[in-house]
This record gives sequence, C-alpha cells and structure tokens, in this order.
Amino acid sequence: MPRRDDLKTVMIVGSGPIIIGQACEFDYSATQGCKALKEEGYRLVLLNSNPATVMTDPELSDRTYIEPMTLDVAVKIMEKEKVDAILPTLGGQTALNLAMELFNGNHLDRLKVEMIGSTPKVIEIAESRQAFRSTMTGLGLDIPASGLAGSIKEALEIAKSTGFPAIVRPSYTLGGTGGGVAFNSGELSELAWKGLAASPVHQILVEESLIGWKEMELEMIRDLDDNAIIVCGIENVDPMGVHTGDSITVAPIQTLTDEEYQAMRDESLRVARAVGLNGGCNIQFAINPKTGRRVVIEMNPRVSRSSALASKATGFPIARVASKLAVGYTLGELKNGITGKSACFEPALDYCVVKAPRFNFEKFAGASSLLGLEMKAVGETMALGGNFREALQKALRGLEIGQSGLSGSCLRLPPRLTVEERLALIREKLALPYPERLSYVHEGLRLGLAPAEAISLTGLDPWFVTQIGLILEAEKYAAGPFAEKLSKGEAPTPGEWRYLKAQGLSDDRLAELAREARPSLATTPSDIQALRERAGVIPHFRQVDTCAGEFQAGTPYYYSSYDSPVSPAPEPEVARNDPKKVMILGGGPNRIGQGIEFDYCCVKATQAFNDMGFQTIMVNSNPETVSTDYDAVGRLYFEPVTLEDVLAICAKERPDGVIVQLGGQTPLNLAQALKARGVKIWGTDPDSIFQAEDRHDWNSLVAKLDLKQPPSGMAEDARSAISIANRVGYPIIARPSFVLGGRAMRVIHNETDLLAYVDEFESSGLNLGPSNPILVDKFLDQATEIDVDAVADPDKVEIAAIMEHIERAGIHSGDSCCTIPPITLPMEIQNRVIEQTVRLGKALKVRGLMNIQFAVTRDNEIYVLEANPRASRTAPFVAKATGRPLIQAAARVMAGLTLEEINFLGYPWPGYFAVKEAVLPWNRFSGARVELGPEMRSTGEVMGLDNNFGLAYLKAQAAAGMIVPSSGIVVLTIYDDDKEAMLPLAEDLRDMGFEIHATQGTCEALKNRGITAGKVEKLRTVRPNIVDFVMNNDVQLVVNTTSGKISDDDSVDIRAEAIKRGIPLITTIAGLDAAVKGLKAWKKDEWQTFSIQDYHLRPNSK
Amino acid sequence: MHSPYDYQKKAALTLDDGTIFEGLSVGSATEAEGEVIFITAMSGYQEVLTDPSYHGQIVVFTTAHVGNYGTNPRVDQAPPVQVAGAIFHELWEPPVDHWLSERSLPEYMRANGLAGLTGVDTRALTLHIREKGARNGWIGPMSDPGAARAKARAIAPMTGLDLALKVTCEKPYKLSAKPSQTVPSGPMPVAVLDFGIKKAILDNLRAQNLDLTVWPANTPHGTFMAEKPQGLFLANGPGDPAACGYAIESVRATLGKIPVFGICLGHQIMGLAAGGTTYKLPFGHHGLNHPVKDATTGRIWLTSQNHGFCVDPDSLPSNVAVTHVNLNDDTLEGLEWLDLPAFCVQFHPEASPGPHDADGLFKRFRIMLEDFYA
Repeated sequence: MPRRDDLKTVMIVGSGPIIIGQACEFDYSATQGCKALKEEGYRLVLLNSNPATVMTDPELSDRTYIEPMTLDVAVKIMEKEKVDAILPTLGGQTALNLAMELFNGNHLDRLKVEMIGSTPKVIEIAESRQAFRSTMTGLGLDIPASGLAGSIKEALEIAKSTGFPAIVRPSYTLGGTGGGVAFNSGELSELAWKGLAASPVHQILVEESLIGWKEMELEMIRDLDDNAIIVCGIENVDPMGVHTGDSITVAPIQTLTDEEYQAMRDESLRVARAVGLNGGCNIQFAINPKTGRRVVIEMNPRVSRSSALASKATGFPIARVASKLAVGYTLGELKNGITGKSACFEPALDYCVVKAPRFNFEKFAGASSLLGLEMKAVGETMALGGNFREALQKALRGLEIGQSGLSGSCLRLPPRLTVEERLALIREKLALPYPERLSYVHEGLRLGLAPAEAISLTGLDPWFVTQIGLILEAEKYAAGPFAEKLSKGEAPTPGEWRYLKAQGLSDDRLAELAREARPSLATTPSDIQALRERAGVIPHFRQVDTCAGEFQAGTPYYYSSYDSPVSPAPEPEVARNDPKKVMILGGGPNRIGQGIEFDYCCVKATQAFNDMGFQTIMVNSNPETVSTDYDAVGRLYFEPVTLEDVLAICAKERPDGVIVQLGGQTPLNLAQALKARGVKIWGTDPDSIFQAEDRHDWNSLVAKLDLKQPPSGMAEDARSAISIANRVGYPIIARPSFVLGGRAMRVIHNETDLLAYVDEFESSGLNLGPSNPILVDKFLDQATEIDVDAVADPDKVEIAAIMEHIERAGIHSGDSCCTIPPITLPMEIQNRVIEQTVRLGKALKVRGLMNIQFAVTRDNEIYVLEANPRASRTAPFVAKATGRPLIQAAARVMAGLTLEEINFLGYPWPGYFAVKEAVLPWNRFSGARVELGPEMRSTGEVMGLDNNFGLAYLKAQAAAGMIVPSSGIVVLTIYDDDKEAMLPLAEDLRDMGFEIHATQGTCEALKNRGITAGKVEKLRTVRPNIVDFVMNNDVQLVVNTTSGKISDDDSVDIRAEAIKRGIPLITTIAGLDAAVKGLKAWKKDEWQTFSIQDYHLRPNSK
Repeated sequence: MHSPYDYQKKAALTLDDGTIFEGLSVGSATEAEGEVIFITAMSGYQEVLTDPSYHGQIVVFTTAHVGNYGTNPRVDQAPPVQVAGAIFHELWEPPVDHWLSERSLPEYMRANGLAGLTGVDTRALTLHIREKGARNGWIGPMSDPGAARAKARAIAPMTGLDLALKVTCEKPYKLSAKPSQTVPSGPMPVAVLDFGIKKAILDNLRAQNLDLTVWPANTPHGTFMAEKPQGLFLANGPGDPAACGYAIESVRATLGKIPVFGICLGHQIMGLAAGGTTYKLPFGHHGLNHPVKDATTGRIWLTSQNHGFCVDPDSLPSNVAVTHVNLNDDTLEGLEWLDLPAFCVQFHPEASPGPHDADGLFKRFRIMLEDFYA
C-alpha cells in the first residue's frame, strides 16, 4: 500500500515532561516521526507540553502546541486544526493514554479522527492485564501464574496460587510505577495498597515471581501486509527482578541458542499478527535458565526506550519506519537509509552494544537505592565495542560517575576491613540488586570470591560473570608485567597494549592499576596515552552499518574499538577530505540537572553549522537523544564523552573547532584539557569558563566590575563555618566546594542545623579541610531570583530573555517555576539587570551563550549569584517562549559571525506570558523528603503560554500534572512569616467558593481576618490529624509553606500524602498567588489554545 | 580473552590474493583450506558448522562472540562437521553453563577435527571478501607467507566443482513419516536426492507425513522411480550445481511425472534441468536476515540463506515462473513450473539456523502432492 492520500492533517502526540521511565527517547522518536511525515507532505500538528524538546521546535511541524496534554486541550486542537488522524505511538505511555481517553470519550468518532500507528484494540490488549493474558494464552504462549486484584484481600488470595515471592504490577502505569516484589503477606499488603493507588483503574496484577530468570526483549516492526521483522534482540545482563530501564543490557542476545531465539521470534510474530500490529512494538520474555521455560511478560505496541536503544544499537530507525507504516506504507516499500537496500530486513551486528543506566539516588536522601520493578534510572549511556568487555567498560566510563571502567572504587568499602570482612559485606550486597552490582562482582572476584558463588548470589548468567573474570585477568596483567615494565622504563609491546585496550581498559584505568600496583609510579593517564600512541596503538573507528559489513554503507555512524587484536584493518572506513569541520560534544547520559535541554542545544547548533556548510561531527554516548540520530548530524561518533575518547576522535578527524558550551557540564569539564592538547575550542575560551567557575577568580571579577554578590566565606571546619555564618548572618546557604553529583546544597537557618550539616558532610566520607572546604553564602531569603539568558559576540551582548522565578530565592533554578517576561520586576530593575549582564558578558569575553543568575532583594538591590558562559538549561524554553532561534545564533557567532551580521539584535518583549514549571520525581523515591531546595531534583519541565500570566501559570501547572481545581476543599498550613501574605489570597479562595480548612496557627490568622475555616490538627498532636484529614476527605488542594528548615517533618508528611494521592499541592505563597490570579482569570474566560507559531507571529511589546 | 602471550602463537588465514589475516589457532587441526565466505548470523553456529552446504568452505563468523551457549548434538545437521575451517572474532573458550550444552565449542571442534582461527579481525576480512569477492584461502601457521599464498592458490576453484558427491549418503536409506494432527491425510512416499541434506529438512518433510527414501546424489531416475515414490525432493548441498550433470538428468526425467520440490542446490539443479543457467555470486548469500519477496502475494519473508551460485532468471523457459526474489540484490529466490507440479526455492525454509517465516513451503509440497493424486 502506498502513502495514504485521504489524510491531510496528522496530529503527533509527544510524551510531555521528562519523568523517570519516560525520557528524551520520545523526543528522538517523535522528532523522527515529524521528519518522516513532513517529507511525505502531511500537514503536521504537534502536541507536547515540554519546551525542552527538539520536536517542539517550530520548524518541525506546521502547528506546534506546547499546551497541557489534557483531554480538553487535545479536543480543542483537533477541532481547530481539522485533524484527520492522530499518531499516538511516538509519545510513550502519555500519548497512548491520551489517545485512549479521546477514543473512550468518543471524541475520535465525533471529530472523524482516525487513530493511526496503533488501534484502540491493540492498546487495550497490551494495557489491560486480563486482555493481554487471555490473548497470549489463546495463542499458546506461556505466561506466569497470576491474578488480577482490586483489593488487598484479593491480592492475598491470589498469592496462594502464585506463592512468594510475588510480583505486584499496577495496571495502566508506566515504567512500573507502584510495582514491586513481596516476599511475605505483610509486604504484599503494603505493595498492593501502593499499587492500587498508583493504578488509574485501581487494579493490580499479582504474579508468580520470575526473579533470577533471563530477561529478553525483542524490538519488532510489522506492517498491515503482515510483513514483520525483529530489528534487535536485547538481553538484560541483570536477571528478572530489575526493571529493564535499570538493567545493564546487551545486544545482540548472547546466551540463547538459535532454537531458543527463533522460538521467541516466532511467538513475537504470532502476537503481532494476532493483535493486528501496524508499526513498532516491544515484547519482553523471561526464560528460566535451568529449564528453558519461556514466558511472555509484556508488550508495548509503540516505540519505547528500548526501541530507541535498538535503533541506535543497530542503525535501524524504528520510529521513522513506524511512522511511514502508520500512513499506509509497507515495509517492502521502504528503504534502509544506511545500505540503500530494503527496510524489510533484520540488522546483523558484528559488535557488542551495552547500555548502562545512570542513577541519581544521592539527591534523594532517605530513598533506598535498591533496584526493583519500578524504574529508578534517570538516564543511560550506550557503548559499542568489539566485544562485550570493551562495550561494558566504555559504557561504564561513559556514565560519568567517577569510574574509569569497571572497578570497586565506587563501592567505598570501609578501608580497615580484612579481606574476609570485605567479602562478607560483598556477599550481603550481591544478594540484592544494587546499582553497583557489577562492581561488587568485580571486587568480590578480585578478593577471591568463587565465580560460582557470585553467580548463585546474583542470578547473573555465568557468561557475564566470566566476562568480568576476563576483565580482572587483564587488570592483573596491567598490575603485573605491564606495571613492571613501566616501572623499569620499558615500553610495553603493541601486542600487550592491544590486549589490554581490547578489554576496554581506559588509559585512566591503566594508570590507576599501575599506580595501585606500584605506588612509586606516578603514571598519569596522559603518560599512558603517550606511551600507547608511541607503540602505534590507537583505536580503529568502525562503521555501524546494520549488516555486519555485508553491504556498502553510506552512513557516517562510527564507534571505536581496539579489538582487532592481531591484524589491523586493511582499509580505513572513515572517508576524509571534508570542508571545514566542527565537532560538537554532547552531554552524555541524562541526569538530574543535565538532560534533554542540552541535547536540544547540540542538535540546533549542529543544524546551524550544517546550514553554514560545515562538516559537523557529533560525539555523544546517550542513546535516548536526537543528537545521536545519525540522520540529525553530519557524522556521529557514538562514544563516551571522556578526554581519552574525544582526543582519539580529534586525532582521527582533526576538527577545525570543537564546541564545548552546548552539552552541559560534561564537555565543559573537558575544555581546558582539550585546549592544553592543542584542540581548538570555538566559542568562549576555556579560561573564561574557568574564571566563572573558580571561586577566587569569580570573586575578583565581580569586585572588579563593581557588582554585588552575597557575602560569603569558605569554611574548613565547624568553627570557621559558624564564624562565617555569624559574620554574614543567617540564613545561609551551604554547599561542598566541589559539586559531587550536585549534592548536599542546603539552606540553613541556625547554628544547630549548621552543625548537623557539617556532621552529615563528614559522615558521608568527605573530610572537611583546606582542600575540601564548605562554601557558606549569605542566603537572600526574601529575594526574587532572576535568570538571564544571553548570546554574545566579542562586541555585543544580546539578552534573549529575563526570567523571573515564582518561588522565593533558595530553590534551585532548575526546580523553580519562572516566567517570561517578569511580572513583578520594575523596568528600571530589569534595565540594570540587562546592563550588568552585558558587563559580565564582555568581561568574560563570551562568544556564544551565557546564563546569569541574579537575586533582587526587597529593597531593589541586585546581587549576582552566578554566571555560566555556556548554554543553560533554560535555553530551549527561552527559544520556544520568544520564538527566537537562540542556539542557531550562538552557533553562527561561534563560527565567527557577529550578532550584527546575523541580525540578532534588539530585545523582543513577548506580548504574552510563558511560564516554565518543573516536574519532580517524588513518586519514585518513597521515603525521600518532599521539599524543594537549592539542590536540583526535578527531571523535567513544561511550559504554559497565555496572554494572562495567571492562566499561563495554571496551564504550566496543569501540564505538570497538577490541575488546580476551581472549587472544593482546600487545606492551608502556612508558615508564620507567610501568613500575612496568605490572607488576601485566602479571601479570594473563599470568594471563589473554596471550603477552607487550616491548621491551628493558620486557622487563627484566618479567623482574625474574618475568614471562616475548619480547624485540622497538626501531625504530632491528636488524631484525627491533618494527614488523616487529607486521607479521609475529598481534599482538592493543599497549600503548605514552610521555613525551609530541616526539622519540619510535618510538612514532609503532608506533602508526601498529597503527592501519593495526586492532590494538587502548592508550597509557596508566590505559587498560591499565581494560582489565584489564574483561577480568577479562568472564571472570566475559557482557556484559549494557540500554537507557538501563532504566539510568535504576534507583535511584541517592544 | 587471551593473554598477550597467546598473541605470539600466531596462525593465519592467507588468501589467494596474498592478503593475510592473523589469528590464534583453535580446534584440533592446524591447517585447513577452502573457499572463504562470511556469514552474518548472530546465532546457530553449530548448525552452520554441520551443514553440508558449507562443505569445503572456510566460514567466517562476523558476529562478535561465538560459542557462548556451547554445543548440543541435537542441533547437528549432518555430523560430523562439514565446514573446512572456521574463523572467529572471539571464540568462547571458558566452560559453558547453558542448560542445553553438552560441551563447549572448542571441545566440539577438537573432537570433530575442525581447524579454526580466533582473534581475527573478522570485519576487515568480511569487507575484503565483500569488495574482492569470495576467494580461496589457507589456514596454517604463520611462517612463510609466500608458501601460504601458493597453497591458497593451489586450491581448486569452487566454480566447476562437484561437491555433492562428497557429502551425499553412500547407500539409500528410509525414514518414516511422523504423523501429526496438522496433517490429517495418510503418509505418502517421497524420494529424496541427497546432495548433502540437513537434518532439519528431513524433519520438516517427515512432519508432513511423508515417508522418505533418501538416495545418493547420483541415483539415476529409473532407480528411484522404481520404488514408485509419489514425489521427489531435491536437497540442499555444496558446490557448483552445473557440475552435477547426473542430477540434472534425473530431475529432467522426473519433472512432470511426479511433483518435485527443491531447496538450495536442489533448486539450482531444477533451474538447470528446466534449461536455465547458473552463475556465481560475488560473495554469495550467507545469513539469517535475507528478505525474500513472494512475487504473487507481495509478502516478504526473512529467510535463512547459504548459497554461492544462483539461477539466471533470463535463462529460463517461459513455462517456469519466478516466484521469489531477494530484496537485497534482486536475485532469483524461487521458481514454479506453470505446467507441471514443481517448485523450488533458493533459500532455506527449514531454517536451522534462522527464522521460520517460510516453513509453510513444506506444507505447500504436501498439498501439491495431495492435489496431484486427488
């Protein structure tokens, strides 16, 4: 079937804000989908609330709606844009759920909108446990024993047949939210309760445990002519019991026979046929390693995190192909862009691909780092290597968690233990899946643990444990004969180098091993590199060609390998002779604080450089991103973004310039070392970057420019911390001098809390001292925080936007809600902010992007908090809010053009409001404190646009999942200092018809003002208390503000309760104020829904 | 996988063009010779090593790791090993712990006298074959490159080589049908010409309730027809089909008398019997991911393939129609006689290893037989 001409306008639904379990892989997929359908000539309408995405760039669709992804909004857009078809398979669970809501509400029928790419029937079978199970059984597929429960009692009844451990999986949730393993009936009751609450249909599946079984995934595509292919088989290194998103995985599948694999393939095709799949699908199987019994676990009839991984692992663009199938094509009509052959084939790999998850547990004090059925990873990195060990070690060093490869260094085992004591500790750790499990295996084997015991404790397939053993063997060689040669000043042979490097040992790790073995050696990684290169041992760059070399491939997608141990490749695979080359360094794995925003920057800059005629080279290791789509960049090197790997690519490509300012901290950290090695950095000079980062240099710069910053000091012990605090005055903001995963930044209000903080600091293994001080800043607690994004050339600084934070100062800018343009800042202050930004930009000789954070106190004093001469997290938000191609401008400036030449001067003041709100992962980290602070914890963001600020704010809240109600029961529990400001807002709430309840102090304040309020008891007084009240009543809104003190446990429990129950929660007076403004406007007017193209066309106010 | 000391124990594959690919010797023998071809399969190494179609060839496995799940006699196709030599990027040498495994692949190679190399830059070798075509090569110790090259050059070219006679059965033998519920009608006798048949094909035929008499490749038409078979099956096998004149003769004599079905070499022989010609592909098709389109239905199957020769579609008479085409290079993959009960495919519907998309063809043969005698 060729292209469908009966469809004109297609609506693509994105996945909304980045959350755990649903990250930028859907930006990659939907961006591919947009491109694929655009080239077919369809009119595209996109809905996604997330402004940080590439897909929401106005160029990609005809109409881009950055609006809350609610039923109402979707219906409005479909009506307004005369949508013919909706494609919901590229936007994860969010898009599928929205499409099902539209279908179930009969809106698709009514508006004559066809669901393409999947059908409600397929989605229903995949999503409803019961439908899934009966379909699978009907097809003769084996499934685990299980039953559906709608209550705890039913769950316990089912457990009689499944036995313990039993798995709990809530229906209709993504990434396994609310699921878990119960080892006894007590745990089952608890999990069942949590799971029932998490499921929108109040239903859970209680299932036979398959813990310890092999877990396999097949990424499949089928068309309506019944052609079907398996694009990639993925094996989870971690056995069943760890969510696949948290597992280390490998492709191709390593431990199955052809018979086992083909049987699984046959079953997948049977399922696809039975449900009538049209497009991409992921099917998961569990296989008992002792008996070979195979059961099907789940299927996802859409593109997924795994399909993004599979696309990057094989070079086969699943989302692109699935999108074409959705509009009528069949597989036989499509081409494999890499080889020019048919797209109806199954990629063959001649390398190993390993994916490793990145976690951020350190940001959620109190939350357990134990892995389970519920996904906890915030990002991932993928690596390709000639063998499993090389790929694994590349992946681990690409994670940027301070590991130069597989090693026990991250385990921080207490140093004074005997070997036996260490082994005992390791055995204990190995029995449960912790993020560091492979490192524990490595360390255990190193200390003499029998491989068989490691296997039985972990359930890992022996093949993987043996691979770790082989890595250890190589390390022993590095610590033995290799280190001995180094210590004697002898050169290791090329054979020795190749052997060690082919096991994935980085130069860093080799230096580490040599130094450990021979403490007298002062070998540095660059010594290792120099010696190695002198021996003529450099990596080969091989092409990812989908076909294991069978056909000529035209696509420049490469990875490095040392694993051609004896004979060198007879022909180079990377063609040369290009125009000017610019290399863009990406941000590596997503983590809290460094995510999709930077990928957006990398992608847009790459496009701009392409447009200027450069040969672009992308280096990144994150399989979820658009930047690692070989179609989006000139040349792709899928490599860890570490010094060694980047230098090797530089040696191969000899780029004219390298861009380090777009990928977040990862490339910035390499900037000075690259410059020192003679690599030319384009854009702001690394020295300027350092100047802005280094405390001392920065202080003198601020002083020289006559700018103000909060008084501060560096404390080397508790006593000096107290004296600094006394000098600058409480509250203070304290943090370690070097940021380790952005951890432990805190606002402190008194000496007791400061001492507690210092204790905590020291007990976490960091010794306070001259080399490791605490930074203490005066905290400007009543100030308004401001972010300014700008782009600069050597002469001019152009302000892109001023963002005013809604929350009070002290909340990390990534977690706070902000608005463009500012709402409370007088023009005079804004002008002074602009003027200071320009001064800083010139002083730092910024070429490209910069972001500066200011705080404005109530007496209109402006303090500069920090300057970052690089792309900021807000850059994509600014670009979408204002409609200005900010990143493209920066790229052109970095290429040597001036702002004047590219006509990028003149600050436009949007005639509407754009509000950005953060989305936080509290529901994933039960036990963690639900509180915003100076340490960033949000995973994603959304944007609300409206002519009215209040409505823009409400839209942003709604997009973040908090639909603020217009009436109902509201519970107020307000911090003393906030009470005065709260009163007029409470009056407004009452006038709008809310029924107000409040805790004692708040209640009295309200009564004094003549506002009627029911009294609820505080937590630690009598029952029923506030939490009981929230649990027992149909509470619509909770407003809880605090001092920000550590000891405020009441608030934590109230907030946790609200979040658990999905009750809208407002935690600041500013937020309440904005919400009330919005509600008032909403009472008057309906929500309007406009595309960003509409907004950007509007005349600006300046 | 190897300590650097192992890298001193060099062996190599020397191609007849003088190119040398170094590696480490594995298996029992240290020398091997044959046509060097690569296979892109990511699983199923044991099936490949025991497939007679690879007889006389040195097989290069492109996948990174081979041997991970050990070996099991159950999947042997025509034991002992058939390939002349095996070349790996990384052969798994530690003990194997897989529930089906009886011994590791290196042990299996030693037990079966197979020579091989591991630690070879198989990608470089594959690209070389892709660019320069499949060619002969010699595996042996790295001592005298000139002598190695001379040995490689002395190997007989594949074109014109009849290898079927080397791998066929010595004497005819019978295999009884395996009745099953999916084939309700009774057993039917079928003659099989063995050019190097795989166990999986025999299993598939028997599962169609066919009683098999397996005949040596050069059995004359009259001999096997004397037993009154109701159908003829032509097996897969190695070598140049054009060199199998005896089989072409037998098939020509049989076509039209009883239904005929051929796979791989059997397909090529049917093409030749119809009056067509065959030619050698540059580096053949060896893999489990070849898309084949059914010219009538438009359906695409992912197929298991292993052939170096191909029937030229332009050489065929008008009563023979092309039914299947390879989507990678548009080569011929299947034929059907318009006026006679006969069809054949170049690919391997029995898979083993590979996908089962085309296994319905065995059923098709059964139906053809039933229709013919209805």
